[in-house]
Amino acid sequence: MPVNASSGTIRRSTILAFLGPSVVTLLVIGIGPLLYAVWTSLHYFNLTKLKKVKFIGMENYASVLTDSVFWEALGRTFLLLVISLPIQLAIGLGIALLLHQPGVGFLKTLTRLSLVLPMATTYAVVGLLGQVMFNLKYGVVNQLIGFVGFDPVNWIGDPTNAFIAITFWDIWQWTPFVALVLLAGLTTVPSEIEEAAKLETKRWFTVLRYVQLPFLIPALTAVLILRTADTLKLFDMVFTMTRGGPGSSTELISLMIQRVGFRSFDQGLASAQAIILLIITIILSQLYIRLLYKEV
Amino acid sequence: MRNAQAGPAPRGMGVQILLMLLVILFCVFPFYWMVTTSLKTQILALESPPVWIFEPTLANYSEVLLKDGVGTTLINSLIIAVSTTLLAVLLGCPAAYALARFEFRGKRDLWFWFITNRMVSPIVLALPFFLIVRKIGLLDTHLVLILIYLTFNLPIVIWICTDQFRSVPYDLNEAAMLEGASQWRIFRSICLPLAVPGVAVSSIFSFIFSWNELMYALVLTRNNAKTAPAMAVSFMEGYNLPYGKIMATSTLIVIPVIVFALIASKHLVRGLTMGAVK
Repeated sequence: MPVNASSGTIRRSTILAFLGPSVVTLLVIGIGPLLYAVWTSLHYFNLTKLKKVKFIGMENYASVLTDSVFWEALGRTFLLLVISLPIQLAIGLGIALLLHQPGVGFLKTLTRLSLVLPMATTYAVVGLLGQVMFNLKYGVVNQLIGFVGFDPVNWIGDPTNAFIAITFWDIWQWTPFVALVLLAGLTTVPSEIEEAAKLETKRWFTVLRYVQLPFLIPALTAVLILRTADTLKLFDMVFTMTRGGPGSSTELISLMIQRVGFRSFDQGLASAQAIILLIITIILSQLYIRLLYKEV
Repeated sequence: MRNAQAGPAPRGMGVQILLMLLVILFCVFPFYWMVTTSLKTQILALESPPVWIFEPTLANYSEVLLKDGVGTTLINSLIIAVSTTLLAVLLGCPAAYALARFEFRGKRDLWFWFITNRMVSPIVLALPFFLIVRKIGLLDTHLVLILIYLTFNLPIVIWICTDQFRSVPYDLNEAAMLEGASQWRIFRSICLPLAVPGVAVSSIFSFIFSWNELMYALVLTRNNAKTAPAMAVSFMEGYNLPYGKIMATSTLIVIPVIVFALIASKHLVRGLTMGAVK
């Protein structure tokens, strides 16, 4: 069945030839394993007792949904998000407004380039760096807060402090991203409108609230959804910095599933947890595409 | 860029400069600390409180590269990142062309699928991939990582290149079709050369993401195909951590990423938001 392009017709076989290879690849490496994960999640499947693999229906899902460890990990993940995201948005918006102002071109370019560094850096390295900098005895963070009169803090060794440390580190790595996205959003404000508003009022907040904010909505939506997804994905940085500890105080959802699957070897349960996480992600993706890609 | 009719007041300008310097310091300081720690001997690194002025040494670098085999893992990372990027570009460019130029049913679903790939936690695929790969005996091979990295690289390449192909004037397609050129000819000889910037940017993204990846590498490799980030993590065993060596390895890992990120800095936002924010 030929499909109309705006001029002439393009045969279905042509479309298939162009799209086929990548779609097939993604099916084989993406969807195939996923189906296998669904199969695993319906079985008792422990890596140390492979002879005892057996079908148990929805039992794994039932235990996940009633398992406080799962909900605590999910809760912890969202706690990290609701603490770090508002801070990232506030500082990020500040930086974006700072860079949106006219003047000091060279320094502005330099600032923009430095903002690129944290988010591009290997997440595992960020975590290792955190280990080194937040160390109780040898860490520079304690030295720096010592200069302003604070006692050294046991960052990595104490449950609450470890959570604060990874939150701070998440803020360090991702505030620049938020700033750059919001800066990109600010440039979509037509300059005539912005100039006119600035003639009307001297207060920057009024300009922000009534002139710039409406144009920032897509950028804010993107930040909100992507940061949520990325926090649900967050593994490397926390794993290298705290391994989820002490206790389970920094064990986010992805770390918890990794532990159940590869350190407790319960692949069946871990797969059920992963599938539930996937469902949450799919809902987020739906939101993302509905809210942001109106034209496709 | 437009100019302000009246520049900001000198005092406001001073504050602006100060704040920008603060932002730069905040972003760059951890890197400064990483590099200086990598130049310290173990004794210096375990000084409490930390020392700022010291005689730098390259001993950590020669030790991790010559004795601990970090060099091999860097080469593994390079092989894997380059191969997966080449594959992603090879497979992704035609697909991007199709998405930019043809209308067909299910297009929206494809977009949705790609977005989901961007968002899903790697642990979801790491579990089944590990079981499958173990069964077919491919554990600890470069090939496995090259393939699994395609799950996030391919969507990124397709995404960015679709955008790029859309910006190629459609008139060129029509003219070529009137001449009787096949779609493949038009893609190869007309559109692809004009889409080189997009291909370059998406290659950089693909390289950075693959180079940075840790979880799959941790789960799917042991020795033979171990990547540099996985190697850096394995220094974290034991009581007295070799801080200098860890930071030297980290520095070696981060250098290429930073170079590439700075090259592609203008496109970083678009790439990370999958084109939703230009």
